[in-house]
Amino acid sequence: MVTELPDLMPVLPELLLAVGALFLLMVGVFGGERSTPVVTGMSVAVLTVAAVMLIASPGEGVTFGGAFLQDGFSRYLKILTLIGSGLAIAMSVAYARNEHFERFEYPVLIVLATLGMLLMLSANDMIALYLGLELQSLALYVVASINRDSVRSTEAGLKYFVLGALSSGMLLYGMSLVYGFTGQTGFGPIAAALSAEGTSLGLTFGLVFILAGIAFKISAVPFHMWTPDVYEGAPTPVTAFFAAAPKIAAMGMLTRIVIDAFQPVGSDWQQIVVFVAIASMALGAFAAIGQRNIKRLMAYSSISHMGYALVGLAAGSETGVEGVVVYLTAYMAMTLGAFACILAMRRKEGMVEEIDELAGLSRNNLPMAVLLAIILFSLAGIPPFVGFFAKFYVFRAAVEAGLYPLAVIGVLTSVVGAYYYLRIVKVMFFDDPAQKFLPMPGELKVVLGLSGAFVLFFSVFAGPVVALASEAAKTLF
Amino acid sequence: MSWPILSTITFIPLVGVFFILLVRGDDESARQNIRWVSLITTGFTFLASLFIWANFDYQTAGFQFEERWDWLGGNISYRMGVDGISMLFVILTTFLMPFCILASWVSIERRVKEYMIAFLVLETLMIGVFCALDLVVFYVFFEAGLIPMFLIIGIWGGKRRVYASYKFFLYTLLGSVLMLIAIMAMYWDAGTTDIPTLMAHSFPASMQTWLWLAFFASFAVKMPMWPVHTWLPDAHVEAPTAGSVILAAILLKMGGYGFLRFSLPMFPVASDLFAPFVFTLSVVAIVYTSLVALAQEDIKKLIAYSSVAHMGYVTMGIFTMTEQGIQGGLFQMLSHGIVSGALFLCVGVIYDRMHTREIAAYSGLVNRMPFYAVAFLIFTLANVGLPGTSGFVGEFLTLLGAFEVNTWVALIATTGVILSAAYALYLYKRVIFGTLDKESLKSILDLSLREKVILVPLIVLTVFFGFYPAPVLDVTQASVDALIQNYQAALTAAGKTALLAH
Repeated sequence: MVTELPDLMPVLPELLLAVGALFLLMVGVFGGERSTPVVTGMSVAVLTVAAVMLIASPGEGVTFGGAFLQDGFSRYLKILTLIGSGLAIAMSVAYARNEHFERFEYPVLIVLATLGMLLMLSANDMIALYLGLELQSLALYVVASINRDSVRSTEAGLKYFVLGALSSGMLLYGMSLVYGFTGQTGFGPIAAALSAEGTSLGLTFGLVFILAGIAFKISAVPFHMWTPDVYEGAPTPVTAFFAAAPKIAAMGMLTRIVIDAFQPVGSDWQQIVVFVAIASMALGAFAAIGQRNIKRLMAYSSISHMGYALVGLAAGSETGVEGVVVYLTAYMAMTLGAFACILAMRRKEGMVEEIDELAGLSRNNLPMAVLLAIILFSLAGIPPFVGFFAKFYVFRAAVEAGLYPLAVIGVLTSVVGAYYYLRIVKVMFFDDPAQKFLPMPGELKVVLGLSGAFVLFFSVFAGPVVALASEAAKTLF
Repeated sequence: MSWPILSTITFIPLVGVFFILLVRGDDESARQNIRWVSLITTGFTFLASLFIWANFDYQTAGFQFEERWDWLGGNISYRMGVDGISMLFVILTTFLMPFCILASWVSIERRVKEYMIAFLVLETLMIGVFCALDLVVFYVFFEAGLIPMFLIIGIWGGKRRVYASYKFFLYTLLGSVLMLIAIMAMYWDAGTTDIPTLMAHSFPASMQTWLWLAFFASFAVKMPMWPVHTWLPDAHVEAPTAGSVILAAILLKMGGYGFLRFSLPMFPVASDLFAPFVFTLSVVAIVYTSLVALAQEDIKKLIAYSSVAHMGYVTMGIFTMTEQGIQGGLFQMLSHGIVSGALFLCVGVIYDRMHTREIAAYSGLVNRMPFYAVAFLIFTLANVGLPGTSGFVGEFLTLLGAFEVNTWVALIATTGVILSAAYALYLYKRVIFGTLDKESLKSILDLSLREKVILVPLIVLTVFFGFYPAPVLDVTQASVDALIQNYQAALTAAGKTALLAH
């Protein structure tokens, strides 16, 4: 019997990342600490090449017996994830140099985590999904506690691990229930079985457990408890990484699983998603008001932003998925820019993280203050910035689906959210200047500039971007 | 396609911003350069906008100078155009901006660059609001205007500036987000956000009620109508002079403009249903805020409350749905734009000298500042609505319109005229007349040349439009007639379907 080799064309970017990560690990192990800059640079290069391959190649299709699916949706989000990871590594360079945090494992682990994310986005089968998720999660647990000598970093890693393991357990349990009641693991076959046989109590249980497990990964309420602590405890570049790429991958995975596998029981998961969305938006908005630490604030902000993205998903329609994709694009641009600013909050005595340290930034460093203000207004959803258009598309989908209460609650919480973003703008522009920060490292300037330009000028090129997102969303239906 | 004149006018101020960004350094000469660049930019924008008026076709009720580009796809395009209702607001905006720059010439000393940039960006956004012919474009301009105003109040404002700027931002945002949901609902019902198409589209009556309420939430806050006016006195008092001028003269008008552009033509059935509700709020605003104005100790606060009262006439006039009422409402908005702007400029003149807005800190200014006393008198009388000033025409027409529809509304609203005379003249007496016995005032100087340059054109316009309002009323005539016709037709149609349903 001849075993046929699966079609490898659609998985080329993933193969590149896998081989690249192992190779870089070798370089690091044999080169020692001195090789960190090389490994860092090469990791960014590997991620870039993978992104270019995805942009250039039309290699779409199903392989590995239907477990791996490369389509427009996964390609779009994969490119986004790769950009997020690449920029996160780039942003860590200056931090690593100043804080004596030069570990070659860090970029390698990020490449591995990114590989996991790409697999999550392409998973078309419960088993493949779990493998991707665990590859990503295990790398993230280590990354969270990469600063071994810091109690807070280790604590963050441990918290993340314990809760993450719990959620993985729930996810597996849910999967096993779904398998038990449908007899399938592939998304397509599950959907087929569901439309043939209808739903059952056990299946609903399975669905709930699966959604709970994934809600943990996107830090949606009520599974958000780890987020503020991990964001605060982890080293800042790690937080920047956590806030962007993994959220996109998990959100994309959630979208695919509910649309592809559970569309026949749409009303079942829709009510869960609506509840989670409302709870996330509201908790994120209200809990952030009292925060003094900017990383904690960003944690609550990301919780509420995942809530907004879920609003689009709750609609369960093509417009809804389009909204989710636009939202994730906007979210990544804004988050990376915000974290570039947080990483630049550095004085002679070290990094600072209190919001009050930004006092009078507009007089110490006007460009940085203006760009950060633009990003914050955008996060608050004020036009003409990208955050507004993102919210516009998700709420538009919710209104189309007739989810008026969800939409109204959503926009009202966005007003509450505006309050705490305004507080940072107020500190930067209205208050008397605090001590100056050290000059911003070049790579942070680049990231902040790119993100600021994207946020500011999105309204000009919104049409093409939305068209791309719409193309991506179409492939799911 | 002809030259996109509206977009040009909208975005000229951004060109000025670009040049200001090129100015290096923060010494006096750099600041002077920035001021001149801003003045020239706003002046040029005004001249360019006169081109619209010159080429405006008085007979056409529809939109003119139209532009259209694809934007977001899915029938959401970038579309601009003006008709008789919106054109004069564009002119008003561009006309007042140079005065705002001049009024900030010496009073703003710190962070001049940021200040001028904020004002120029604000100008772009304000013109955009009045030119937009797509709901999403309108919303983007409408909301984005909050950002520069938030910064203007918060950075260059008075003592309680942070509180005032927050209140301004969050209040208006809260009203507007509900409108956003309504815009989306309209999109799914009509399949487009194109304003002319939506005007012709008839929404189901039950939906109209909700849409009307959502738009009302936004415009009532912006207007502001009683009881959601409380942000206005705070914002006015804390904003720098030019900020108050813009707030009173332009930003408040967006509410009235919104009613005329969206609420009436798109939701006629609901407008008819809610007209008594709007009348009630309007007359309460007229009487209540006039009484509140009587009790104020702060000059700016007094003028702010009088603005709320004057806006009460506007909403009352608009919802009478008579030609006099709407024409009067429009005229009242333009007149109030000039008069209240001028009053805030007058307050700015003495604030720059004494750095206080307390009424009690002044008295007998006529002895040292005769020119100032004359200018302030003319604007005070215009504010009261004395015949021969522009304030009279608008108030008279709105009252006439109200009288046709509901005598009681007209009767109560007319008492507001008397009350406004009371608070305005009482203010004038306390500040200008009396004896000049305060040591601090004995060396106060009369208007400088710059201040005369600012105030004289405004005096001329106030008096001119008071005697000869035709230039304004002619512009609005055709569009207002069409608005009323369509409204009546829509009501008749809705009445027929209602009868058929029974």
